Parts: sequence; structure tokens; C-alpha cells
Amino acid sequence: MSRVRVLVGTRKGAFVLTADGKRKSWDVNGPHFGGWEIYHLKGSPADPNRIYASQSSSWFGQIIQRSSDGGKTWETVGNKLPYEGAVGNHLWYDGTQRPFEFARVWHLEPSLKDPDTVYAGIQDAALFRTTDGGQTWRELPALRNHPSAAEWQPGAGGMCLHTIILDPKNPGRIFIAISAAGAFRSDDDGQSWRPINRGLRSEQIPNPTAEVGHCVHRIAMHPSRPNVLFMQKHWDVMRSDDAGESWKDVGGDLPTDFGFPIDVHAHEPNTIYVVPIKSDSEHYVPDGKLRVYRSRTGGQEWEALTKGLPQSHCYVNVLRDAMAVDALDPCGIYFGTSGGQVYGSADAGDSWTAIVRDLPAVVSVEAQTLS
Amino acid sequence: MIRVVLPAHLRTLAQVTGEVTVEIEGKATTRSVLDALEAGYPMLRGTIRDQVTHERRAFVRFFACEQDLSQDSPDDLLPEAVATGAEPFLIVGAMAGG
Repeated sequence: MSRVRVLVGTRKGAFVLTADGKRKSWDVNGPHFGGWEIYHLKGSPADPNRIYASQSSSWFGQIIQRSSDGGKTWETVGNKLPYEGAVGNHLWYDGTQRPFEFARVWHLEPSLKDPDTVYAGIQDAALFRTTDGGQTWRELPALRNHPSAAEWQPGAGGMCLHTIILDPKNPGRIFIAISAAGAFRSDDDGQSWRPINRGLRSEQIPNPTAEVGHCVHRIAMHPSRPNVLFMQKHWDVMRSDDAGESWKDVGGDLPTDFGFPIDVHAHEPNTIYVVPIKSDSEHYVPDGKLRVYRSRTGGQEWEALTKGLPQSHCYVNVLRDAMAVDALDPCGIYFGTSGGQVYGSADAGDSWTAIVRDLPAVVSVEAQTLS
Repeated sequence: MIRVVLPAHLRTLAQVTGEVTVEIEGKATTRSVLDALEAGYPMLRGTIRDQVTHERRAFVRFFACEQDLSQDSPDDLLPEAVATGAEPFLIVGAMAGG
């Protein structure tokens, strides 16, 4: 029988949630790495028992952990991620130039085919890769050396490379996103990059339609249709039908189009999910109601999903990496909140239950479907 | 033999429960102690000092014999009591909330 494993990163440790295919009864295992910030954990599509975790601390820096048994035991691997060549500068909040400086790994994206190959997105924005299971990491420096890099500036959470999408149908094509630089695409496995932000409009920058400088919060893609991308931007929910060459606003009838995560149904490439947040300075759900919004039309037309979610006095946030889908049928959807709840739906969002309620603030959620 | 006390999170990371000991060839300095510590416990590399510059991480402190040695040169000699193992070299997470 199929099983599901949900990997939860929090401000104070990692948790592994497991259930059978019914997804009614859950085992909660953790905390792993108690007291450390776990920005992200993700399993290898090629070997689901191989999981990588980003563990960090303001005191003791960055650690990378690796599990080869589905999260039961862990070993530290390499944590040296030096920029390659000249470090260069980026734009700072006050308008001055400041050198790139490593802060932490935000996102780990294992290769679709090789359990030992993993991409890492870091703050300050750069892309790294390991091909030996995490023992050594090398930067793919062409991104940070892009001529626009001096114009990149930090979002409120830091200048993070937070989204890495590996195109399953076009070998060598990688999509990444940086707050606040925007989205970039490589068609040669990271050797060269170009911005893909045409159609984005951001009133918070001097030229609202500039080539770079947009605060992209998250991009999602269905693997069967890699030219179609969905984006949750600082404000605006966007869609591209041409692999990022152009974008159009599909926020439609959402109550607010500010938010962080966006994800796609595992079996319906035109069904997408967002969690609207009140505003850029009020990072909680509007009206005290926790509502996931689903569009079955690839945007524009949205429905609120509320069954099982708190509909009064709720003021949580859901961060960019804190939503995931499983591959069962019906599709399972999971998200974690700043209040420490992890909610799951075993019916594509029609109804929800709290798998666990009182974890530390949730930073990331990933789902693995196991056979 | 030099005794080293790690903060709790680094004891967990290094999979040790109490003090650790390191052997130093030559002079006992902060640098030589950390070199020996990282050689014995490679998972600690980067957690106490930068892996490239070897600068102490901002929220890490070095204490011994009721003195704060954090701002001393890493090549200064450690107190004799630390060098002989009578007193431990303490690596401490700074008080910074959390």
C-alpha cells in the first residue's frame, strides 16, 4: 500500500510525519536537530529514502544533514559553500552596494535522476550544486555573475534564492527565483542565465516593469507541462505559458493577491493553490480566516477552501516553501503555518485536518509519496 | 591534553556528551585547539569559526579561567592551567536571545 511522508522544517527543528495512503492517522516523529532552524528538507525523487536537510543557526552557522533511511538517522555532510571567484556586490536597502555574503541555505533541490546530485539555493543569492551526496559543493557562478546582479536587493527576509525547479522534459533547463531580483532561467544546466520577468509589475521599485528587481515569492510547475509556470509574487499571482518568456496576472477574484506559497495539483495541471495573506505589512490571513484558494482554471477564477480550517481569530502566515502536494489519488495537499500547525487534505483541498497543531513556526513542508 | 567544553548544540552535533579532549603539538593557542578539535570532529567545521577566514563566528565566545579570551589573537598562548589540562577551554554560545 502507498504511504506518505511529510517533511516539516521549523524554526526549532525538523519533524517527519508519516501515514498510510488513507492519510487519516499520522505518526509525528521529531524534533530532529532540536533548537536549530530547518529552512528546508527534501527527498530525492530517484531514492526517496535519501533526504537532505538545511540546518542553520545564528550562533553556529550552516550544517547540511543527509539521511539514507527516510529520516530515521542522519549524518552531517559538507557545509562549505564558498562563492567562486570575485564575490561582487549587490544593492543594499539604503541604496549602497554591499558584497555578497553567505548567510544560509534556503532550499535544497535534489536531482530528478541522481540521489547524489543536489542543487542548493542560498542567501545571499547564489546557486550551488553537489554531485557527491553533499560532501562537496560548488557554486554555479554564472547566475551571481549576471550583469544585473549589482541591481539585486534583499527582500524583507534577506536576499535569498528560494525556488529551484528542474525541468523534467528539457534537460539542462533550470528555473530559479530570488527575492528581490526575480525569476531566471538557464537552458544549459546553470552555465548561463537570463531574467524571465517580462509582464511582472512591481510598484515597489522605481521602474515597475524593470527586467530585474521583482520580489518573486514562489514559482510552481506541473511536471507534465513544464512550459506553464505559476508564480506568487509579493503582490500578484502570475502565470506564464511560455517557460517564463512572458507573464500575465491571474489573481482574478482572490480576496488579496499577496501571499507566499503556490502549488499545483499532482494530477490536474490546471488546478493550483495559494494562501492569500492580508498585505505586505500584515503577514496574516485576511479576516481572521485561514482559507486556501483553489483555481481549477489555471487562475482567474478561485474558490475558498475552508472546511476544517479555522474561520475566526486566526492570524497565521504560510511561508513560501511551506506547501506541498502528494501524488496519491485523490491528491493530498499539505501546508504549515507560522503558528506551528500542519494541515493536510486527502481530497485535493475539499476538507482539511490538522495533522499536528503545536510545532514551532513552520518554515517548509515537502511531501513524499512512497510505494 | 587540553579539555574543551562545547555548547550543548555542538555536543549534539559532534555526538559527544561531556567534555572532549584534544592533543596539541606545540603551543597551546586558540588556533591550535580549534585545529585539533576540527580534525577530531570534522562536523564542527564552520560552526565555531569561518572555514575560510578562520574568524570566530560573531555569536561564539571563548572563555577560560574566568577570562573572556574571545577578542585575543588566536595565536596568543592560552593560560597555563588550560595547557596542562587543569582547567577547560570553554566554547560558549553568546547570550543573544533565541
